[in-house]
Amino acid sequence: MDAKIFVFVTHTDGKADDSALELVTAARSLFPGCTPSALVAGSGVGPVCQEVAASFGEVWKFDQAALAYPNAELLRPLLVKVLPAGATLLLAHNTFGLDLGPGLSVKLGVTYVPDVVGVDGLEGTTLRAVRQEYAGQVSSHVHCDIAKGAVITVRPGAFKPADAGAAAGQVVDRSEDATGLAARRTFVELIQAEAGDIDITREDVLVSVGRGIGDKENIPLVEELVEAMGAALSCSRPIVDAKWLDKSRQVGTSGKTVKPRVYLALGISGSFQHVGGIKGNPFLLAINKNPKAAIFQVATIGVVADLMELLPVLTEKILKSK
Amino acid sequence: MDILVCVKRVPDSAENEISVGPGGADIRREDLVYSVNEWDNYAVEEAIQIVERVGGNVTVVSVGDTEAEEIVRREMAMGANQGLLATDAAFTGSDGLGIATILEAVAQKAKYDLILTGAQADDGAAQVGGMLGALLDWPYASLVNLIKVQGDKSLRIGREIEGGSQEISDIELPCVLSIQTGINEPRYVGIRGIRKVASVEIPVLDGGALGLPPGTVGAAGARVRRVDYFVPQTGAGAEMLTGSTEEVAGKLVDLLKAKGGIK
Ligand SMILES: Cc1cc2nc3c(=O)[nH]c(=O)nc-3n(C[C@H](O)[C@H](O)[C@H](O)COP(=O)(O)OP(=O)(O)OC[C@H]3O[C@@H](n4cnc5c(N)ncnc54)[C@H](O)[C@@H]3O)c2cc1C
Repeated sequence: MDAKIFVFVTHTDGKADDSALELVTAARSLFPGCTPSALVAGSGVGPVCQEVAASFGEVWKFDQAALAYPNAELLRPLLVKVLPAGATLLLAHNTFGLDLGPGLSVKLGVTYVPDVVGVDGLEGTTLRAVRQEYAGQVSSHVHCDIAKGAVITVRPGAFKPADAGAAAGQVVDRSEDATGLAARRTFVELIQAEAGDIDITREDVLVSVGRGIGDKENIPLVEELVEAMGAALSCSRPIVDAKWLDKSRQVGTSGKTVKPRVYLALGISGSFQHVGGIKGNPFLLAINKNPKAAIFQVATIGVVADLMELLPVLTEKILKSK
Repeated sequence: MDILVCVKRVPDSAENEISVGPGGADIRREDLVYSVNEWDNYAVEEAIQIVERVGGNVTVVSVGDTEAEEIVRREMAMGANQGLLATDAAFTGSDGLGIATILEAVAQKAKYDLILTGAQADDGAAQVGGMLGALLDWPYASLVNLIKVQGDKSLRIGREIEGGSQEISDIELPCVLSIQTGINEPRYVGIRGIRKVASVEIPVLDGGALGLPPGTVGAAGARVRRVDYFVPQTGAGAEMLTGSTEEVAGKLVDLLKAKGGIK
């Protein structure tokens, strides 16, 4: 099966994304000892191919001006054309992977296994994978028939990056295969997220508020705590969706990546998209009324409590202690 | 514009403590609060707003058990014109492809210009919309947070990607889009709105009506099977502080001070 395991390598500004080496680890936990092949598509991707070659058996290069922006609708027919029957393709479960993967699995006629966080091994042609549901409150074991091949998306950060290997991967130029591609979705432009009034990525103490705060009218309770601590205020996505706070305050994969020393999570369940934006191993304190909330799996300190009761007392105690 | 919106009835994970039932066969279902999947609610609101701008019709469909009817009705109270319920014992145990196959059959029964789904639901798989697009051979885009109608041939759309940046594209109609939260502000549905649609008939479609022979969907057709639920053993986990509100607050202050969390 070795020759049929592929990793789709995405890249930013001429460098392979971190997910590339995580996907190698995921591939090896699926097929112990395998050396997967890499697929690299884009415009001027020679250096990316060289960069990752040591970790793969082969690197297939698809270098075309038309692929300058990674449009899943354009890449899907390309992959259908070039992947051999029975192939297993690993992608990161990010905004690109979940755009490409489900439809690709249908077009290839293979099994789709989304957002895998762990692998318990392969039994015959049955892949035993671990997933999470309900915002990480419970996990599940899934059995997947991959006899005909599979498209598997792997949660970013769930697997450790593989050591840069010694696989002396061959770069195979398959750019010719990527000519004449057409899609009914065409990329127009990329609009960068706007900067806000404060830059939470530079703050070393963050108090982050989530949906558990319940109502816009309760935000001042949090602001008072923030002020008492001399901290900065950040939040989870639903707070931004509800327009209670500005987008620039959002921590997470579709918001900001923060690296504080201390992070206080208030009424945040701990979805991977939120936690994925917290880097640098901060001292993480979580207050949540649900003892099963996933945030307690990653927090240093946890408190099961109702914010409405605890916050005023906490703020007052801090002010008094000064 | 004729729009089909696919919605799922899910335990509200913000409202519920989800725990694993006996033997891991299922989560504990008793006492759960159910609602429409958060992402789907934004999709319905978006469909209604599009039709308010350019005219047309919004149909809401749910694949589920008979209780899913309540959320179809709720979304009709928001302003969707029709509701459909796809239900059949043979649909139980469908994997993502099974659900997409059922929805494809629903979509084939009428002529839609646009199909919306939520970006993901309670299982976090984010797969049904993309599969549906591929089954129909329509173009697809996920995580859409902007839709502008450009004539009757195409849409200008935005996809929200990492870091909150927005990828703008043009997409031909008909197409399938999965909707990201925050694209709009879903309207409030009051008890009066629900009452208005309380007696509206919601047609039920089963495998026969949809031309899906037994075995094509449901557990029998699934290539991906959930074997059990479990609670992961994660490292040490958090050190939990206990005591009265006063005591806990006191401990928090001490810890925050020790770690430089109070300036
Ligand atoms: C592609 C994609 C990208 C995403 N990007 C991000 C991102 O960048 N950032 C992000 O945050 N999310 C992101 N999300 C959304 C993410 O999946 C979750 O939906 C979101 O993080 C949940 O936010 P939350 O924890 O505030 O709300 P919920 O999950 O609703 O949790 C609320 C918590 O508050 C607790 N609570 C309720 N009331 C109280 C009370 N009175 N006292 C104490 N606790 C209480 C509840 O027990 C619950 O745990 C993304 C999703 C997708 C699909």
